[in-house]
Amino acid sequence: MMWLSANESEALALSLGVATRSVLLSLPFALLLAWVLTRKQFPGRTLLDAFVHLPLVLPPVVVGYILLVLFGARGPIGGWLERVLGIELIFTRNGAALATAVMSFPLMVRAMRISLENVDRGLEDAARTLGASAFDRFATITLPLMLPGVLAGAITAFSAALGEFGAIITFVSNIPGETRTLPLALYTALQTPDGDAEASRLAILSCVLGLGGLLLSEWFARRVRRMLGR
Amino acid sequence: MLQVAAKKHRGAFSLDAKFELPTPGVVALFGRSGCGKTTLINVIAGLLAAERGRVALDDAVLLDTDRDIDVPPERRRIGYVFQDARLFPHLKVAANLRYAFKRAAVAPFVGLEQVVDLLALGPLMLRATHELSGGERQRVAIGRALLSQPSLLLLDEPLASLDASRREEVLPYLESLRDQLAIPMVYVSHDFDEVLRLATHLVLMESGKTVAQGDLGEMSLHPRVRAIIGADAVGAIVDGTVLGTDSSSGLTRVQVGLGELKVRCAGALPGAKLRVQLLARDLIVATEAPRHLSVRNSLQGVVTSVANDVEDSDLIAIDIGGILIMARVTKAATSELGLAPGKAVWALVKTASLRPHAI
Repeated sequence: MMWLSANESEALALSLGVATRSVLLSLPFALLLAWVLTRKQFPGRTLLDAFVHLPLVLPPVVVGYILLVLFGARGPIGGWLERVLGIELIFTRNGAALATAVMSFPLMVRAMRISLENVDRGLEDAARTLGASAFDRFATITLPLMLPGVLAGAITAFSAALGEFGAIITFVSNIPGETRTLPLALYTALQTPDGDAEASRLAILSCVLGLGGLLLSEWFARRVRRMLGR
Repeated sequence: MLQVAAKKHRGAFSLDAKFELPTPGVVALFGRSGCGKTTLINVIAGLLAAERGRVALDDAVLLDTDRDIDVPPERRRIGYVFQDARLFPHLKVAANLRYAFKRAAVAPFVGLEQVVDLLALGPLMLRATHELSGGERQRVAIGRALLSQPSLLLLDEPLASLDASRREEVLPYLESLRDQLAIPMVYVSHDFDEVLRLATHLVLMESGKTVAQGDLGEMSLHPRVRAIIGADAVGAIVDGTVLGTDSSSGLTRVQVGLGELKVRCAGALPGAKLRVQLLARDLIVATEAPRHLSVRNSLQGVVTSVANDVEDSDLIAIDIGGILIMARVTKAATSELGLAPGKAVWALVKTASLRPHAI
């Protein structure tokens, strides 16, 4: 990274690290929720659906604030995590990952739901008559067939995580090397005298990363479609 | 013995079915589209719940709603060949086959190689499923179902989506399956030709109900079967035994009832079973032993009934020694020849109009 300053490459590396953790954190939960919302009928399903989509419509600052209340050092969940598991979230990159995970969660669930809805249940029935148990069917038929959606969702969520600002700055503040991801570094540069050049480089970098993510996702989806002969 | 009984209501449709099949055998579930055939085999497979039902195969009770027995489909050991094949698109042909083989619940009685040979799947093994033709897909689907080592095989119109020549690519394999592996089969079809080639028994379904059943020979002349297959296809299906080859003509002699038919069937060995369909429209009725005719086949018998048929013709049922056949003649002929129950007659049929099938 010859043309990036130390601060900038630090922000880039941090952003990538936070986005990766965020995706890994939300992936299993998103899969579970996509499954429940697509395949199960139960009272309160619509409410759960709306709740999952809440981060899409809430101001990110509100999400950050709610996280602060729940996961702060004295919050009901945050306090327990710190006491029992020794996990600190406030002012840490793990906290930043949690904030981005919550923000990008609906995107991931949506992509997975669409692909799960497209899985032909007749194939699961066929596997069933061949002796496959419920978990077996999910692991060997359903999951591979919805994989394009899972990966597309993961890539979209990753790209969105790179751009998260409001929830991060509200929940875990703007600490260089710990929570100052690309958008936060850009914001900081704008607040600094003579920071214009750095700001524009960071803006370009963000554009390139976002575009790369979207292209990668599209390329991947095509490849899988071709593999499945569609 | 396969015993099936099922009751189910869904909207305006209601299923009320009951049949039995001596095993091993092939029962054709026959009826018009939409009469509930697929619903019924889905109940047998366990993919669809019945309000009341019982499915038992020999000693194994797979479903008995009265006794709260409902073995889940994955443990029923019932192979299912779907109309649309349902091959797993993310797996190659070989992996589709192995998927079933790996999950077999019992020691295999049919191996991967045997299935590949039986269905000629060798050249397809490395292909992706979307590279297969319709007939190839169905052969793979049949192979996959077999490799799960099923004790019963359900086939839901496996040939319905194929055109006539593709059907011929699959039918012989189904025949060899029936002859070489003694797996009982339930074959859903609305095509009587397939039934004629494959089935030993026939269950007739109409709007969700099983209305008649029996072995194929006796069912072939059932009035409701006749109504479905159309006047031109009406005819007795008779199973005969090969007596030998006629040295002068080279034709195969087949014992049918008390009579004998000569058919073209190269290579049929004495003692082998051959199935022949005697179409009513192809039979000629004579009231004395025929002479000076080119017809090679004459079966002596007694008229058992005369029934109204299409337009100005009658269907004459003739007993040729424990086997019933039917001939269509004009009403004018009926009265002129005095055809009535008890009358001794000869039924004549040209060798050229007989198509024998090995069974």
